[in-house]
Amino acid sequence: MAEIKNYTLNFGPQHPSAHGVLRLVLELDGETVIRADPHIGLLHRGTEKLFEYKSYLQNLPYFDRFDYVSMMCNEHAYVLALEKMLDVEVPERAQYIRVMYAELTRLLNHLLWIGAQALDIGAMTVFLYAFREREDIFDYYEAVSGARMHAAYFRPGGVSLDLPDGLLERIEAFTQRFPGYVDEYETLLTENRIWKQRTVDIGVVTAQEAKAWGFTGPMLRGSGVEWDLRKKQPYDVYDQLDFDVPITDGGDTYDRYLVRVEEMRQSNRIIAQCVAWLQKNDGPVNLDDHKLARPKRAKLQDDMESLIHHFKFFAEGFHVPAGEVYQAVEHPKGEFGVYIVSDGSNKPYRMKIRAPGFAHLQGLDFMCRGHLIADVVAVLGTQDIVFGEVDR
Amino acid sequence: MSDLIRLREKFGDAVSQDTSTGMASIHVEATSIQEACFFLRDECEYEQLIDLCGLDLSEYPDHSGERFQIVYHLLSLERNERVRLKVNIADRQMLASIIDVWPAANWYEREAFDMYGIIFSGHPDLRRILTDYGFEGHPLRKDFPLTGRVEMFFDEEQWRCVYKPNKLKNRVLIPKTWPGVDRG
Repeated sequence: MAEIKNYTLNFGPQHPSAHGVLRLVLELDGETVIRADPHIGLLHRGTEKLFEYKSYLQNLPYFDRFDYVSMMCNEHAYVLALEKMLDVEVPERAQYIRVMYAELTRLLNHLLWIGAQALDIGAMTVFLYAFREREDIFDYYEAVSGARMHAAYFRPGGVSLDLPDGLLERIEAFTQRFPGYVDEYETLLTENRIWKQRTVDIGVVTAQEAKAWGFTGPMLRGSGVEWDLRKKQPYDVYDQLDFDVPITDGGDTYDRYLVRVEEMRQSNRIIAQCVAWLQKNDGPVNLDDHKLARPKRAKLQDDMESLIHHFKFFAEGFHVPAGEVYQAVEHPKGEFGVYIVSDGSNKPYRMKIRAPGFAHLQGLDFMCRGHLIADVVAVLGTQDIVFGEVDR
Repeated sequence: MSDLIRLREKFGDAVSQDTSTGMASIHVEATSIQEACFFLRDECEYEQLIDLCGLDLSEYPDHSGERFQIVYHLLSLERNERVRLKVNIADRQMLASIIDVWPAANWYEREAFDMYGIIFSGHPDLRRILTDYGFEGHPLRKDFPLTGRVEMFFDEEQWRCVYKPNKLKNRVLIPKTWPGVDRG
């Protein structure tokens, strides 16, 4: 009998289900994956190097471009880290606005994920449905920041501007109709025979493996580990909000699907609570200290002091006390962390981004071994990879 | 903070606590990093390596001593604690890989190698990870220029991409300043 050798297949970087620019070198035995070697870095933009040459405020918009489907959650980690270093107290209204937008962002991310994963596996409809809701959330982004994706809305000490009139009513209406939309996705997928055949027992991760490989977020909760930074290490006003953390213990692709769908419902609950609070309470949305927050435009006309502050704020920025801080948030994909080392100047000495996708993609190899080549796409989808954060 | 007391028992004065953030920080000798990591994983239940990154201290104000620092962030899910480990190493000094402790260290160490040129002994596959195939230099070192050393062009004659020396200048729009320093 002729000897059959393993052969190597190149997948990507230009492939519709490579979620961007992943190049995967697959070693195959027939159709079975023996080894998967992801080649990343095709979207590497050297952001961490750029950080060191820009003031703290100039660095903020770069965060939108890490995980470009959950923009404000990235900003959230950065502003929280800076606030820790500057030791400032954020106004409560700003905290509620940030939590509301962080949760809208979670919906944005999970909607893209559910659409993209279903599309990868062959279900076209979910994608179209999910993008209908994403469009609404982009409108709320645009209403506060003027940008539909790269908002740069959060600021150290709060947010850049208060919410415009009528926005809360629109978001409230959205939270009322959104659970119905989630039901629609579930009708399409949860009991769908093809969906289950493609996801159940695919890419199984045990709790032990998930911990050892540094998995976080839904990748950890899908394996039965109860861990959510919003509950365990609460930031902003998460400790005052009522929500549940879904976990399942199967550790396969289907379980992670269930976790994320339930997370959408829980996020919706959080948004509704934030809207209710924001409708009742008014107040400042940023610091009063003009060393750290820009003075109002109107004040520049007749107040010399404000003019100077405005000039200094943008032409020099603010100085951050020397030291180091690591701040993590429960990003839709897992733990997104920012590690800042400051030398006391107006620019970070070193800033490292801990991206959840980086750790997850590293686990692709062990998750794919023994699966068929068609399942690689399902595993890639369940990891919710976005190359902006993996490659930085 | 019983955690801090346990760490002090093992590591003595090497443990310091960051007052602003409340996170314990431990300085570890380069030779004993593996031992320290095994101890933290097995005795202190730090199940996760959250992050590993390099740091080039050569331009840090008033810094003397080894040029590089490797910073490890660990997380204990069991006890909801975080700890930071720091190892100082000189240029061209090898550091033991901690892949045996947490497999997640693999790509993080490759990244630190790629960005700073730190060599991890015992790493099974220390390739570059984020930079281009055939890239030269270690971009996050402080002596590496922001605009890079080479530019890529498409060469019509050879019908392929070629590298040429970089002509871009680094523009500084906001100079680096420290508080209270007279800038004239």
